[in-house]
Amino acid sequence: MARAAIPGRLSVRRAWRPAVLVDRWAETSSASTLVLEVDDWPGHLAGQHVDVQLTAEDGYQASRSYSLAAPADGDRIEITVQRLPRGEVSPFLVDELAPEAVLEVRGPLGGWFVWRAKDRGPVLLVAGGSGIVPLMAMIRARAGVSRAPFRLLYSVRTPQDRIYAAELHRRAEDDGGLDVAWVHTRTAPAGDPRPPGRLGADDLAGHGWPPDGDATCYVCGPTGFVEAASTLLLAAGHDPGRIRTERFGGA
Amino acid sequence: MGIITRGFRGRRVDDGGRTPPGQYLTGDFPVLSAGPTPRVPLDAWTFTVRAESGDVQAWSWAELTALPVEEVTVDIHCVTRWSKLDTVWRGVSMDTLLAKVETAADYALVHSYGGYTTNLPLEDLLGGQAWVVFEYDGAELGPEHGGPARLLVPHLYFWKSAKWVRGIDLRHQDEPGFWEQLGYHDYGDPWREQRYQGD
Amino acid sequence: MDATYDGNILAGPLAEVFTAEITTAVARCRNCGRSSAVAELAVYGPDPGLVARCPGCAEAMLRLVRAPDAIWLDLSGVIAIRLTPSTSG
Repeated sequence: MARAAIPGRLSVRRAWRPAVLVDRWAETSSASTLVLEVDDWPGHLAGQHVDVQLTAEDGYQASRSYSLAAPADGDRIEITVQRLPRGEVSPFLVDELAPEAVLEVRGPLGGWFVWRAKDRGPVLLVAGGSGIVPLMAMIRARAGVSRAPFRLLYSVRTPQDRIYAAELHRRAEDDGGLDVAWVHTRTAPAGDPRPPGRLGADDLAGHGWPPDGDATCYVCGPTGFVEAASTLLLAAGHDPGRIRTERFGGA
Repeated sequence: MGIITRGFRGRRVDDGGRTPPGQYLTGDFPVLSAGPTPRVPLDAWTFTVRAESGDVQAWSWAELTALPVEEVTVDIHCVTRWSKLDTVWRGVSMDTLLAKVETAADYALVHSYGGYTTNLPLEDLLGGQAWVVFEYDGAELGPEHGGPARLLVPHLYFWKSAKWVRGIDLRHQDEPGFWEQLGYHDYGDPWREQRYQGD
Repeated sequence: MDATYDGNILAGPLAEVFTAEITTAVARCRNCGRSSAVAELAVYGPDPGLVARCPGCAEAMLRLVRAPDAIWLDLSGVIAIRLTPSTSG
């Protein structure tokens, strides 16, 4: 079923290759997952991304980077795209790209922000908004393959913004060794003991790993979120060499 | 050319006559940056013109803002394809700043706080074509748009309107600035679509 | 720093230039001597070009412009890059 995760030779990586939209579904009111079929997809590591290029009829081109959301399923890859209100590409991908339409992808890309099943140590995943995507790829790659303890801290504005919410709840119960904690910055669910507010030291203390516990931390989200989370991790005593970050743009 | 994705359109290119070729109109004011936003306290701010002879003229913030100030309404055109019409600025004309400079130089290299540079012919800074501006749209120019002061040269692509301007060197030879070193055009006329070297 | 991106976003554009995986390569800043993974650089852009700055001193280490018919690359802010020639990602 799934190919071995061979990250791919570079001649494959650098070329733009056709990708056909074969399935799509909404994750939230502003984010959708797109399933693309790419002939001879070489497989990829959790955390890697693809560049997507769109060409209009007048020749105009735009490209953006999107994290792969899940392990490859043969030639099928998944990305989850968040609609940015005045974006040029994301509203088209989320709202208009039709099944059988063709785009171009380049990848898989990136060797830094990756988790491999052979990495045994505990992992802390810190996600802000759509920064959950590459971290979800890691969670999905881990399932059934690794018992490395994973803790996810996922910061969103409101419960309606939680991407993959149902699946995360299920995996927290079923996967074994995965803990999921939510941080709501604007509106918390009724009865939630944690009042709305940004990620803070208490959240890390309660749901993270102790700094001397050999954990690797992956932080992903908008640049402001990544800066704030990294500062908290360093202040808590985590080794900077064990913190990997990926900034998604935005504020 | 790449494979066409059915239904994808970039921003609609405007051909209403006021926009140069290949540009679209925006109601926003996009912020593009090549580096961190400099923060320059006004009591440390200076603007310096250095002639090819080495002669220097400099203005403090108080001195600059004591000069005659003009309000101008201009269209601006970014090489990244957005155009914005009827933008309103207040500042000091480069004609005023260069009035007492003795020079035989043909070119200018503009310097900004934070290290950005851009080059253009000296004559494009004269004749009512350029200003050092410190107000946009009726308010103090914000740091993300180049405040406290930026150069405004609207007849060229907007990367020539250096944000956080700090001075100008006058030179006999044209020397490429930050983006020109990386393939952008030495002159940059939007109406001839001079985006890249060789255009 | 207020950079929108980091060096992870350079992976695609630099794959057109380097045959080895570049984001895990270590680059030494000419200005301050700090060594960083390319993925850790503070990246501005992508328009009108990519500017990758040292996370320590903000000096521009790497700049890249993708013009219609050419790639322009400036590495003058880097003393050296240590790449691991890769057969895998």
